Amino acid sequence: MTDTTANTPETKRTAPRNQWWDVWDQFKTHKGALIGAAFFLFIVLAVILGPVFWTLEPTFIDIRARNQGPSLAHPFGTDQLGRDTFARMLKGGQTSVSVGLIAMALSLFLGTAIGVMAGYFKRLDGPLMRFTDLFLALPLLPLLLVIILLFRDPLRAAFGPETGIFILIVFVIGITSWMPTARIVRGDVLALKEREFVLAARSIGTPNRRMILRHILPNVMSPIMVSATLGIANAIITESALSFLGLGFPSDFPTWGRLLFDATDFLQQYPERVIWPGFAISLTVLSVNYIGDGLRDALDPRIRGR
Amino acid sequence: MLNFTIRRLLTAIPTLLFIGLIIFLLLELAPGDPMAQVPLTVPPEVKEKMREALGLGEPTHIRFWKWLVQFFIIEPQIYLDNTFGTAFAEGKQRVISWQTRSPVMDIVAQRIPQTLWVVGMSYIVGVLIALPIGIISAYRQYSVFDQVGTFVSMVGYSVPPFFSGVLVIVIFSVNLGWFPSIYDTTHQVVDWDSFVLQLKQMIMPVMVLALQTTAQISRFMRASMLDNLNQDYVRTARAKGLKESVVVMVHVLRNSMIPVITVIALGVPGIFGGAIITEQVFKVNGVGQLLITAIYANDIPMVQTITFIFAVLIVLFNLIADVLYGILDPRIRYD
Repeated sequence: MTDTTANTPETKRTAPRNQWWDVWDQFKTHKGALIGAAFFLFIVLAVILGPVFWTLEPTFIDIRARNQGPSLAHPFGTDQLGRDTFARMLKGGQTSVSVGLIAMALSLFLGTAIGVMAGYFKRLDGPLMRFTDLFLALPLLPLLLVIILLFRDPLRAAFGPETGIFILIVFVIGITSWMPTARIVRGDVLALKEREFVLAARSIGTPNRRMILRHILPNVMSPIMVSATLGIANAIITESALSFLGLGFPSDFPTWGRLLFDATDFLQQYPERVIWPGFAISLTVLSVNYIGDGLRDALDPRIRGR
Repeated sequence: MLNFTIRRLLTAIPTLLFIGLIIFLLLELAPGDPMAQVPLTVPPEVKEKMREALGLGEPTHIRFWKWLVQFFIIEPQIYLDNTFGTAFAEGKQRVISWQTRSPVMDIVAQRIPQTLWVVGMSYIVGVLIALPIGIISAYRQYSVFDQVGTFVSMVGYSVPPFFSGVLVIVIFSVNLGWFPSIYDTTHQVVDWDSFVLQLKQMIMPVMVLALQTTAQISRFMRASMLDNLNQDYVRTARAKGLKESVVVMVHVLRNSMIPVITVIALGVPGIFGGAIITEQVFKVNGVGQLLITAIYANDIPMVQTITFIFAVLIVLFNLIADVLYGILDPRIRYD
């Protein structure tokens, strides 16, 4: 009996017109966002499926074929050790994109948790917001560099050279980029808390946990989604910057930033080598920023339908 | 207003102390020993004395306290001594770099002019380009100029300085050979030719940093202008028969500048952080480059001091932005 009543809203939600269709309709009208979404999808698919079709190993050293220009065998040429740049770009993209996605997920989780707590529980608001302000006052790039220098070796010893540095970079980017999300979410939660449906839910005795998960969180989804896109862009740029300063991933474990860093040594002789990773980073970030722009418009009910 | 400023200054002190403590504790975990390069033939008791001379070998809280005293009391005294010829700081221990065994602040003071020239100039150039772009794109909303401006600022957001920097080096230094790719800080301006050379070597780092500033500020300027252009007082001004240029450039612009000025103030410390990368690309030996070499060399006092200076800049400019906002906009009351 209870099961059937619980099922009815479920069936209603899958009805043809839920609000996400409206959002999609609005999103479609934003040309830049649509192109950006298509390009980002293309990049993600390319770095996942690319190595399946392009079977050349990114670490395979063919010293006789070093420093070659683009050819049929090596579409992007080879580097100073004869490693295929195209294969390294695909492998590097895998790392860069997954760092972007995972670090974004971590920073969103932290930002949303802290924002909802601060907005929902009055007692926590003061301390949590002071904490956020403190984090905003930290000089982030220098601190990131210091943290990576300090913990690189212990983590490499613990998890192996590649996983260790991956965990470290994702973690430090995640814990240094949650503050804007937390502030936006807190503001929205504070406004939502005064709405009638929250009062109604409270009057029937909804416990805090369900109140947050069922009533508050779905209503703050739009700012969270917009900051998710900005988070990806920020994480990809930060990771590349760290790799570019020589404090990110090691050279035999390519990322786009690392490839760019390695290529700057050969800037005079082979300037085309910096172009590939540079364009990959810039275009990915550009496409993600356009998606964010489109989402912001699409999720704003005041603009929608115009 | 004065009350508010004093209150903000007072809350800034514990924030800064806490940030200093965080940085200190983090660096406490650093591996590496400043005595590692000392030959093995040096007896252990001498080594111990050298260690103490570097301010090591005492408990953490005492060393943090000593660093605070050195940074906040002795260094300003040194500054006073140097400017007025007094002798407040005679015989007192300063913050010593482990790399060069010379006072950290002296090295920082040597590097600051380079950073300020490149970074400061780029910020000014960026703002000067951004403001007209923002004004025109708001006034002609959805025109071709606006669309192009939006696209360019999107690109400015997305292209990281370590790529745009390298790209302009490839185009203008390697292929065209117009500008030098390395910034020569020993270059002195004495006559017209050396001035032209200085201009040439500054143009690329300045423009790369300015692109980022322009992208952000022009968007803010546009949004702020759009908010004001639809206000009633604009219609009143037009109805009075004021010229369009007066309406836009005097009435609307003055009101739109209020939030933009605070954004400009807030962006100053951020640009110092971004300069770390640009300095690395163009080999400018400024503060950012000093920080990177100190991090590589495990020079803990240097890293601590420079990172803390960045933190001071952030807190200071946040405060300046808040106070400016209150001064410029009489509707804002901090009580």
